[in-house]
Amino acid sequence: MKILVPVKRVVDYNVKVRVKSDQTGVELSGVKMAMNPFDEIAVEEAVRLKEKGVVTEIIAVSVGITASQETIRTALAMGADRGILVETEASPEPLAVAKILKALADREQPGLIILGKQAIDDDMNATGQMLAALLGWPQGTFASKVDIEDGTATVKREVDGGLETVALTMPAIITADLRLNEPRYASLPNIMKARKKPIDVVKPADLGVDPAPRLSTLKVVEPPKRQAGKKVKSVAELVDKLRNEAKVI
Amino acid sequence: MDFGLTHEQQMVVDTVRGFVETELYPLEPHIERTGVVLPELGAAIRRKVLDLGFYAPNIPTEFGGGGLDHLTFTLLERELGRASMALGVFWGRPSNILCAANEDQKARYLYPAVRGERMDALAMTEPEAGSDLRGMKCTARRAGGDWILNGTKHFISHADIADFLIVFVATDTKRITAFLVDRGTPGFEIRPGYRSVSHRGYQNCILSFEDCRLPDAQILGQEGQGFAMANTWLHATRLSVAALCVGRARRAFDLALNYAAQRRQFGQAIGKFQGVSFQLADMITGIDAADHLTLAAAWRLDQRLPANREISQAKLFASEMLSRVADQALQIHGGMGLMEDLPLERLWRDARVERIWDGTSEIQRHIISRELLRPLGA
Repeated sequence: MKILVPVKRVVDYNVKVRVKSDQTGVELSGVKMAMNPFDEIAVEEAVRLKEKGVVTEIIAVSVGITASQETIRTALAMGADRGILVETEASPEPLAVAKILKALADREQPGLIILGKQAIDDDMNATGQMLAALLGWPQGTFASKVDIEDGTATVKREVDGGLETVALTMPAIITADLRLNEPRYASLPNIMKARKKPIDVVKPADLGVDPAPRLSTLKVVEPPKRQAGKKVKSVAELVDKLRNEAKVI
Repeated sequence: MDFGLTHEQQMVVDTVRGFVETELYPLEPHIERTGVVLPELGAAIRRKVLDLGFYAPNIPTEFGGGGLDHLTFTLLERELGRASMALGVFWGRPSNILCAANEDQKARYLYPAVRGERMDALAMTEPEAGSDLRGMKCTARRAGGDWILNGTKHFISHADIADFLIVFVATDTKRITAFLVDRGTPGFEIRPGYRSVSHRGYQNCILSFEDCRLPDAQILGQEGQGFAMANTWLHATRLSVAALCVGRARRAFDLALNYAAQRRQFGQAIGKFQGVSFQLADMITGIDAADHLTLAAAWRLDQRLPANREISQAKLFASEMLSRVADQALQIHGGMGLMEDLPLERLWRDARVERIWDGTSEIQRHIISRELLRPLGA
């Protein structure tokens, strides 16, 4: 079985992001970039499935600028077998990415696609769900445990208030939550081997997809600074403030 | 000229940094308190590094090592240098000089060292022969077909966890010869050394040889070729010292930078006071300068260009820079910097030895100036 793992190049999670002075986005120049942490968990899960003998080939896909090749190389160094870069200067939104991934799924015929549940830059949490809808495949989102047996993926999902277990008939979509696994360090032999693994480069147009954004960003601002707390003398005063000042009750 | 890292190099840096921060930093406070790394803990670190395929990264792939070039290995040393040496030593980097071994010795020493089964340590310094190695009093004399070793070595790093030693001694002809000596060889003893201000848990040891008998098969290379071999294989250890000084200075700097941004006094972050901000500027300038000197020297080794002077410059500058940066980072933290709750006091103590071992700052200056003057006949 083939497995497809989309990986996104985002600002490294250790970096404290700053809003650009013209409020068009966050500062990216000179900022350390890395693989979206949830995608790293997805790659790790794919590699573990391969080590178990369930998966025969792992294909890492990234949609983005040329430098996204580095993100694919990181996935290759973790154990993916080959990569596909869908190269575009536009920063595509979830629907465009989902359409691109659908076209690649039609071409590659994977038995499973594992994505990160969301990217830490735009926090959309939409691509996996949209892709499932476009392909007409079952989905197991926010996965904290995955078992594959006899053409069925059993996925433990992290839902509000507990865990839900779903059985998916494959091919299927899984999105990885934080507790699914702990990604490994890239080993030295794999880092060196990654250089020799192939990466195909295609354009969205080759897949019949227009990646142009449908949303326009009006402005990006820093979150408001947290105000200092206030002490109240009585419950009555607290209720009064909640009702008349904070207007929450 | 390209100052960028390749993606492979960046991944090596990220992997080592991640390992050091996640696996080693949390162990440090305990090592500092007890001064001991239990054998099981050392073995566990070694196991993890072996599983990552990162053990013996400096040894060529034909001998089973990682086969990193000098530049990438220097980057690895830089990141590893952030952590306590007592822990980092278990990220095995067997001495390059073992590559000079013959086939029989490779099977007994090099390959087991690369596989993490046997640990090596290097023994040169003696109580009466520090910088002046030619004054070596440890001797090996012919006795029948064998050699008899006598004398004392001290300041022998991590000999306590070594399975065998590469020992430099004077043979009959007053020339220096390297011997491979197994732990447990009759007449050879490894004793704990002194309690040092730097690198708690990273032992220095005293070796004593009393009529220790060794066959010819234990000579590494040729009799009398000890110095030549040391010059060929060991000059890169100075570069490792330079690299780890850069990594450790960067760790101290990162702590100081964050503290300066967060700590408020007189109604503002202390980093806004010029007394602190200018210190930060000087610190990072020193760190970057040392980094460039170090990586440039490593690049010269990869290009097979003469690099003796450049390596000494890197070692001299990086170790002196580290002393300043560790001191300033501690100063920026004020009283808290002195407390064992933060790693600053340790980084400050650990910095001191770097200006002394693998050739003192004075010896490095001697090498640098000699390289310049010698061609002029002076």
